[in-house]
Amino acid sequence: MYRIINKKVLNPTVTMMDIEAPLVAAKAQPGQFIILRVDEEGERIPLTIAGYDRQAGTVKIIFQVVGTTTTLLNKKEQGDYIQDFVGPLGKATVLDGLKKVCIVGGGVGCSIALPIAQKLHEMGCIVHSIVGFRSKELLILEDEFRACSDKYTIMTDDGSLGRRGLVTEALKEAIEAGEDYDEVITIGPLVMMKFVVATTKPYNVPTTVSMSPIMIDGTGMCGGCRLTVGGCTRFACVDGPDFNGFEVDFDEAISRGAMYRDFERHSYEETCNLFKKEVE
Amino acid sequence: MSPNMSLIKNPMPSQDPSVRIHNFDEVALGYTEQMAVSEAMRCLDCKTMPCAQGCPVKIHIPEFIRKIKECDFEAAYQVIARSSSLPAVCGRVCPQETQCEAKCVRGIKGESVGIGRLERFVADWHNDHCNTPPVRPTPNGHKVAVIGSGPASLTCAGDLAKKGYAVTIFEALHLSGGVLVYGIPEFRLPKKIVQKEIESLQALGVDIQTNVVIGKTLTIDELFENGYEAAFIGSGAGLPRFMGIPGESLKGVYSANEFLTRNNLMKAYKDHSSTPIMHAKKVAVIGGGNVAMDAARTALRLGAKEVSIVYRRTLEEIPARKEEVEHAKEEGIIFRLLHNPVEILGYNNPEDKRDPMNGFVTGIKCIKCQLGEPDERGRRKPVDIPDSEFVIDADCVIIAIGTTSNPLIKSSTDGLDVNRQGGIIIEEETGRTTKEGVYAGGDAVTGAATIILAMGAGKTAAKAIDEQLLN
Repeated sequence: MYRIINKKVLNPTVTMMDIEAPLVAAKAQPGQFIILRVDEEGERIPLTIAGYDRQAGTVKIIFQVVGTTTTLLNKKEQGDYIQDFVGPLGKATVLDGLKKVCIVGGGVGCSIALPIAQKLHEMGCIVHSIVGFRSKELLILEDEFRACSDKYTIMTDDGSLGRRGLVTEALKEAIEAGEDYDEVITIGPLVMMKFVVATTKPYNVPTTVSMSPIMIDGTGMCGGCRLTVGGCTRFACVDGPDFNGFEVDFDEAISRGAMYRDFERHSYEETCNLFKKEVE
Repeated sequence: MSPNMSLIKNPMPSQDPSVRIHNFDEVALGYTEQMAVSEAMRCLDCKTMPCAQGCPVKIHIPEFIRKIKECDFEAAYQVIARSSSLPAVCGRVCPQETQCEAKCVRGIKGESVGIGRLERFVADWHNDHCNTPPVRPTPNGHKVAVIGSGPASLTCAGDLAKKGYAVTIFEALHLSGGVLVYGIPEFRLPKKIVQKEIESLQALGVDIQTNVVIGKTLTIDELFENGYEAAFIGSGAGLPRFMGIPGESLKGVYSANEFLTRNNLMKAYKDHSSTPIMHAKKVAVIGGGNVAMDAARTALRLGAKEVSIVYRRTLEEIPARKEEVEHAKEEGIIFRLLHNPVEILGYNNPEDKRDPMNGFVTGIKCIKCQLGEPDERGRRKPVDIPDSEFVIDADCVIIAIGTTSNPLIKSSTDGLDVNRQGGIIIEEETGRTTKEGVYAGGDAVTGAATIILAMGAGKTAAKAIDEQLLN
């Protein structure tokens, strides 16, 4: 069992938790992920590590409440326990030798991008961060990003904060204005990453994407997380989660991600109804 | 006592096929005491014990059968327990027809003695009647780490614990048992039997740490830094193999590992499981091993109307246990033999990109084969018959053509050599790897093989570890 040391609501649908898991905290690197189960009957879900405190032995996770498991997780409070927490899994993001990087984060993906931005900043690399949200209410981690970014741009779909528009617009402008990034690292919804890659490709700016497909074991056994990268079958859990964005077949990944949409919707509604009944 | 000269085995009582295809309960129900004694009487108690020669862990088979004849079932169990730490498991899943029973003299004319069925009977009898916990051996002061908790690891851990070693098992998943819990379905190996075996190891003092991925959470070098004097790698086979044909990433295409893990480990067959699984109507399973049979029969129990095994060779070459093939046939699984899949077909509505059916499997295109010349391993190679392509309708395709090695441990362990296939290189007689103090066995070494071979490897390594640490 793994104790929730700290819980903080970041916005109406995004929650942050620090989980006591000293073995994971000792090894975690930016870009890696964990797999958790909330309770005995729970499913295994992967979440990318949003931070870690080696001294305190805690690992930070930030998640969006989108389905059954994240709803159940969100019901847990500080001091409660979750059933299983295993990691760190996957390969760490490769940052060696980078001098100037643009981090492009979308929505809750920003939480995964943050430790990468922080590590780059520590390394003395120039960090430009472009973050996108649907609207002002959903903004997360502003102070944290500002602290480690040489340039920080907020884009919102409705223009309620920062600039109105998509992250790709700001990215394109920056590249056209002559920002010579060694690399663009992007983490967010698949559709966003697909278009970030489409934006950088004409300029041939190396682009790393962080993939989070459906997974079960996360250790290279089940093969559920397979992706087509450069025409070959690769496994996000052991070969990734980071891949060369130019090589990833995003349309296939988007399609595979929707395999259980009906089940998920149904299960989520049942969970919500259960909680509603409890409240009544 | 005069021997029972019946040419056939006492039949195994089983759930009726029309009933069992709707449940996940165990198919074979096991012998009664009377049946067991009657079957034991078929054994001629050969002095040369050819059966035991066919057993990878060298169980003294005639001796345990003799105890059954004497109705001393506990004594029979003790004979098996001297050599095997998982008799209730092996009695159910060993390929006896190619091992002990293949060598049985009675098999020359008629059927061999039902050694597997007797082993199962004895183990179940013991589990039902004996609840005395095993005596904890006196600790010998040595610490050994065992990586993984499948059959190789459980055997290795058990043998060492019995000798007084402080053994810690590190398991990557949340539940121990390895392939016995995530791979083999409930209807073939009830999970409470696996649980019982694991509990008896814990009663011997074995410590099990779940949620620890060696190679990620901890490395082998760190285990040594933490005071372990030897390590056994029994981490199992790795990544599922795919065929590299078009359409393998369509929705509704599973590796057998994923399909079975969702169902067995995550209990997706239960009504309120939080883990989804596809309840398909027409399922095609590619492959002919035990895993393929397990996947096919699982799909049937999840409600499929038609399930077929698509295999490139014939029933002569099929690698699955005979009993599994028979059970599958009884349950109505269709065997499409000499069929080679060339493409998995998917739905695509060009009019509507948002059509929810887009990207789901609709069928599998196969080409018919005939058997050609034997390959280097002596198996006749399937050869495609030109222009014989046709399509089998399917809304789910499960690929069960084996696995490749898992990269996690080898990539994090300096000095651990692997072969071209990624299997860990060992010295056959000891299980010793190229890294000092590190031993390995089971599928991590051989690639996907059988449970009993893995157990044999665990046993060999335990003996070698004992010799190393006591010297």
